[in-house]
Amino acid sequence: MKKVRIGAGSGFSGDRIEPAVELAERGGLRYLVFECLAERTIALAQLARRRDPEAGYDTLLAARMRAVLPACRRQGIRIVTNMGAANPLAAARRVAEVARGLGLSGLRIAAVTGDDVTDSLRGTDAALDEGGTVAALGNRLVSANAYIGAQPIMEALAAGAEVVVTGRVADPALFLGPLMHEFGWAADDWTRLGRGTVVGHLLECAGQVTGGYFADPGLKEVPDLARLGFPLAEVSEDGMATITKVPGSGGRVTAATVKEQLLYEVHDPARYLQPDVVADFSGVRIEPAGEDAVRVSGGDGTARTGTLKVSVGCHEGWFGEGGISYAGPGAAARGRLALEIVRERLRLIGHEAEELRFELIGVDSILGPAAGAPEPREVRVRVIGRCASPEEAERIGHEVDSLYLNGPASGGGVVKSVREVIGIRSCLIPEAEPRIGLTWVEA
Amino acid sequence: MILRDLAHARAGDKGDISCISVIAYDPAEYPRLEREVTAERVAAHFAGIVRGEVRRYALPGIGALNFVLEGALGGGVTRSLALDAHGKCLASRMLELEVQADGSKAE
Repeated sequence: MKKVRIGAGSGFSGDRIEPAVELAERGGLRYLVFECLAERTIALAQLARRRDPEAGYDTLLAARMRAVLPACRRQGIRIVTNMGAANPLAAARRVAEVARGLGLSGLRIAAVTGDDVTDSLRGTDAALDEGGTVAALGNRLVSANAYIGAQPIMEALAAGAEVVVTGRVADPALFLGPLMHEFGWAADDWTRLGRGTVVGHLLECAGQVTGGYFADPGLKEVPDLARLGFPLAEVSEDGMATITKVPGSGGRVTAATVKEQLLYEVHDPARYLQPDVVADFSGVRIEPAGEDAVRVSGGDGTARTGTLKVSVGCHEGWFGEGGISYAGPGAAARGRLALEIVRERLRLIGHEAEELRFELIGVDSILGPAAGAPEPREVRVRVIGRCASPEEAERIGHEVDSLYLNGPASGGGVVKSVREVIGIRSCLIPEAEPRIGLTWVEA
Repeated sequence: MILRDLAHARAGDKGDISCISVIAYDPAEYPRLEREVTAERVAAHFAGIVRGEVRRYALPGIGALNFVLEGALGGGVTRSLALDAHGKCLASRMLELEVQADGSKAE
């Protein structure tokens, strides 16, 4: 039976680059996929593109391509990535530039466009998940990008693309596209599309299936995380797969690491909604298949819903934040006093915030207050608020800063910041709405 | 004993929803997980952190439960004021849940 090896070169925009090079050089791959686009990343990329029409794609695009293109060209490995973010065309041109710089002339790059539905959605009464409509966002709307499916990726590969650069695409579809192309899976072969989605879902976070985000010393040991290997799947025509990694790389692939990733960010496992299929993970079987190899079978799927999820970015004001540390005997009491002082100060100066939060890191900042917990040796005061303007946000850090000379004894290490808040909401649109297109660029 | 003695967990986020998997180290322990780690108990365990409904999905084939906790992320990852806006640490909180030691587990 025909088998295809497909690897994951990144699981987020800031991911390590060496494991991708390792996969390209020693993974025996046919495809190398780079997933780099979190919910919020694309909205930030849209803002970058507005400032510079040639920007708006992943900032590590050129570095990644420079690192892997030589090995990929040599071995005929084709690359699929959503590093195009808000500007797949400019990204494709950049890839061509990098390829020319490496002497790899003739490289065929396809840019997938059409996921950006900002203009067609602006001012419509499309309903947002948290209530309200897109129209009600008014000029707070930053971006609207549809999670499109695997079809255009498959078409680009069929037409000979060596690199496919997309914007917003459902993460598993980055992997499903190559599998549909290789095996000729029909667009309504729900079982195989479901299985391909299982594979894509397991790989899309890269190191999170090879032992990353898993270690818990004394309980769940993972060797050599500093040299964590990224995953690859050997997939057969029926959609069954073995998840593994390059021998000698760090990390581990076990039934446990694969199970954690299978359920990662999944709601109803029997209905994992994708643009191409509703995947069903409920009958998936996960079995060890040798050292750092796990066999995955039993995925399924049902007909897709006919709608696409749209990630809607909007301006939500500004975060202002300040922190200061207290240590030694009485640290928590001085920290609490500091919080009270800042709270009172913000009231006295008539500070306006949509939301404020006062907490002690090391005491109650993550899990809330706990009765009877031992007093820590050191605490960090954290005050953060969301405000309508950067000026108002800045006043929060200023009040924390002023604790130096006006607050409790022995506080140190003030850090303050102001940053813009881009919130993400979502809505649904009919699948036929985005006008998907392919544009070719040659190195 | 606590849940951490027999299961591992990972948390993910979507909007204001946290999803947390609970996976038995030994699939033979799955019936105990199913019995002990109910949606009601998990909701009570996260009182003060989770404001909405808690739903549970069973995956006996891999010895796991999947929990969906609504209203868990301070109004949504992207505008939450929380230090851990993604609620990643909630998986560790999940593993603090007390479970009945029934003695049938070979040590």
